[in-house]
Amino acid sequence: MRRFTELFTAIDQTTKTNEKVAAIVRYLSESDDRNSLYAIALLIGNRPRRPVKTSDLKEWAATAAGIPDWLFEESYHIVGDLAEAIARVLPSDSPSRSDYQLPEVIDELARLPEQTDEQKKEVITGYWRHLNPDERFVFTKLITGNFRMGVSRQLVIKALSIHLGMDEAAVAHRLMGKWIPAAETMASLFSESVQSDRVFQPYPFYLAYQLDAPIASLGAIEDWYIEKKLDGIRGQIIVRSSQLFVWSRGEDLLTDKFPEFGPLANALPDGTVIDGEIIPWQDGRPLTFQVMQTRIGRKNLSQKSLREAPLVMVCYDLLEWKGEDIRDMPMHYRRNLLETLLSSPTLPPALLLSEVMPFNHWGEVAVFRQQARDFHCEGVMLKRKDSAYGSGRRRGHWWKWKTDPLTADGVLIYAQSGHGRRANLYTDYTFAVWDEDGSLVPFAKAYSGLTDKEIAELDTWIKRNTLERFGPVRSVTPHHVFEIAFEGIQQSSRHKSGVALRFPRILRWRRDKSAEAANTKADLLQLIAAVTK
Amino acid sequence: MLKFTERGVYCPQADLYIDPWEPVEKAVVTHGHSDHARWGMGRYLCHVHTAPILRLRLGAAIAIQEVEYGEVITVNGVRISLHPAGHIIGSAQVRLEYEGEIWAVSGDYKLSYDGLSVPYEPIRCHHFVTESTFGLPVYQFPEPDLVFQDINSWCHLNAAEGVNTVLLAYALGKSQSILRQLQPGSRSVFLHGAVANVNAALGEVGYRFVGERITAETDRTALKGAIIVAPPSALGSPWLKKLSPYRIAVCSGWMQLRGARRRRGVDRGFVLSDHCDWDQLNRAVAATEAETVYVTHGYEGPFARWLREQKKIQAHEVHLHGGEATEADL
Ligand SMILES: [Zn+2]
Ligand SMILES: [Zn+2]
Repeated sequence: MRRFTELFTAIDQTTKTNEKVAAIVRYLSESDDRNSLYAIALLIGNRPRRPVKTSDLKEWAATAAGIPDWLFEESYHIVGDLAEAIARVLPSDSPSRSDYQLPEVIDELARLPEQTDEQKKEVITGYWRHLNPDERFVFTKLITGNFRMGVSRQLVIKALSIHLGMDEAAVAHRLMGKWIPAAETMASLFSESVQSDRVFQPYPFYLAYQLDAPIASLGAIEDWYIEKKLDGIRGQIIVRSSQLFVWSRGEDLLTDKFPEFGPLANALPDGTVIDGEIIPWQDGRPLTFQVMQTRIGRKNLSQKSLREAPLVMVCYDLLEWKGEDIRDMPMHYRRNLLETLLSSPTLPPALLLSEVMPFNHWGEVAVFRQQARDFHCEGVMLKRKDSAYGSGRRRGHWWKWKTDPLTADGVLIYAQSGHGRRANLYTDYTFAVWDEDGSLVPFAKAYSGLTDKEIAELDTWIKRNTLERFGPVRSVTPHHVFEIAFEGIQQSSRHKSGVALRFPRILRWRRDKSAEAANTKADLLQLIAAVTK
Repeated sequence: MLKFTERGVYCPQADLYIDPWEPVEKAVVTHGHSDHARWGMGRYLCHVHTAPILRLRLGAAIAIQEVEYGEVITVNGVRISLHPAGHIIGSAQVRLEYEGEIWAVSGDYKLSYDGLSVPYEPIRCHHFVTESTFGLPVYQFPEPDLVFQDINSWCHLNAAEGVNTVLLAYALGKSQSILRQLQPGSRSVFLHGAVANVNAALGEVGYRFVGERITAETDRTALKGAIIVAPPSALGSPWLKKLSPYRIAVCSGWMQLRGARRRRGVDRGFVLSDHCDWDQLNRAVAATEAETVYVTHGYEGPFARWLREQKKIQAHEVHLHGGEATEADL
């Protein structure tokens, strides 16, 4: 646990990617196979299930620290992170045992869900007593379910590639999918020969960058495939040895969630891997992302949910054909094969071809992008016809060009001190729009989008213009107006304003506007009508 | 005997204020930090080692009455004396006694030893006014010795890689205790002007510190593996850029929390505080044996409630001058 904590700290302390990579390489070179594999699993985000309830953890921590529950809550609020709050409130001078090994800790945590609450408490508070505060933090992070190492997968791959002397793309491929550290060795995971057994393995997804240059700089439009950018789940459909595997980009194996694709196991030839967007689809067009989310969230799929949210894959690439990896072939070659494959009349209706949009000039693309919502998409994808299917992000061949976000002007009405930051800096804001009766109804919470300088200025203003305090929240004089951007908007009975926003964030501080000039609830309802027409 | 007023803590019997933030006739000043020592008082009373700081910061013309720790001054029957607070050089608690009633005002203080300031001494009193900058149980600071070890080995490591080390610490107090604990070996130590100014002022009362002031003439390109001590305000300044290549650390009690560390965007955060942590506050309050405790500056609410509910002490929270962040809180 000590060595892994040192790795965590080393990664956490630096923002420089080469130092992060160096820390991982150092860890790998100094650790045995078992420790390395468990660490790699955690580094790429395969964390253990959450074995205990948050409320139990809080209670045990308060008891162990000898403080009342309210004081624990108060501390937690200031720290902003449960694991850190727990690690810090417990006595700092506890004797530290340095010989806990990461694998034994993880394995013990994996066994916890089957145990009684009393046993769980015994195990967890035991670790708390024996670990030093930094180890305690990392350990508790593992059980609070939001463990993140602060490195991208790409950096882990890079470190492994240096450590193993292997090609990055090969490392990336072998890390795909679910593997269990206890069941592997470094050799079984990374050596060439056993790879053929991994029929379920997806390819690393090739990602597109947001277009950040004038569209005309892409050169001749004839060199590009232009497709709609859909708002579903990026996925790969794999058929090998007559078995079907459906992966999402988050690298979850979701085969069972999508019975629509079941017939493909027999309908697609062995050795086929298709890349596309999994999305609910009805009457020739996509349904909203929320429909998808409710369906994915369901534990058991009912006939009703299958009917309400029928899924398809809108296919845009073919990565493997007749068992051969064709990612290095140019896209027009892969696309031709894909079109031929999908034109087969015997295929089930769950596979659609991603349409290539017939634009003649970049100007047409620009106009389309602006009106993308009218066409049920969020913008366009631009892919070079001669591009290979890369791994990770390689700039220049694939671009996404999203339509501008929706916006509304809201009045700042509540502020809350930021999590994990200085106790008295107000950084989380709630914005409101005007209702018919002249009252303000909250419609968006946002905490990003302002500069440090603006945050400081606003913080001072908030402290001087507080109307009421509710614990960490202050209500303030309705005065400042902010332009809020969001990716989607829909009706919601759970929100006071009657609307729910997707990814709200602050676009800019509208110092030029008075509170009266902010938008109204009626404006928002009109916006919903406009985007769902 | 004491009142909490708009201008600060006031003693009507002696007609004087302690660390007032608006101009008054008579002010007792606990120490030289700018949130305690303000401009515009008719007369200042402070410890002899605080006096040169006040002159540096408030002007040479101010009227100061300087006293030693334990020296008693009687004003209209009130016996007033200063006692070590362990916060920074010259920092003092104020003890006031009138007709058998004793009050103690802590100012800023800490129980751990920084190797420089005269260590804190508890004052037995009936009424204790305490700060609570780090008055939550998440603030449990490591032993300063261990932190200084970490700082020294980090400087070492940076030097070995040929980069400079910039340590950001408040110019008055923490900078000096760091300079006292540095083991630079053959490496040179440089100072930001704000730190050098404080060192020079403290030189008047006999303190000596390592380090050379960085001036326009200093050849900064020649610095290799050097250690530079600067105030936090240097962060992000053009002055700092010229010291490249460097690694930079903030030395502060706030560095205890990961969020605060990350927000600063520096390479390291060393948990080094001039204030009491949670355990120290509790020990200090117990040592005074006070029946009433007034909690100011920091987490007044939680700490006062904790004292009331768990320690059965009459504790009150007092909000002084809005409790906004100050330079010393960095
Ligand atoms: Zn101070
Ligand atoms: Zn202070």
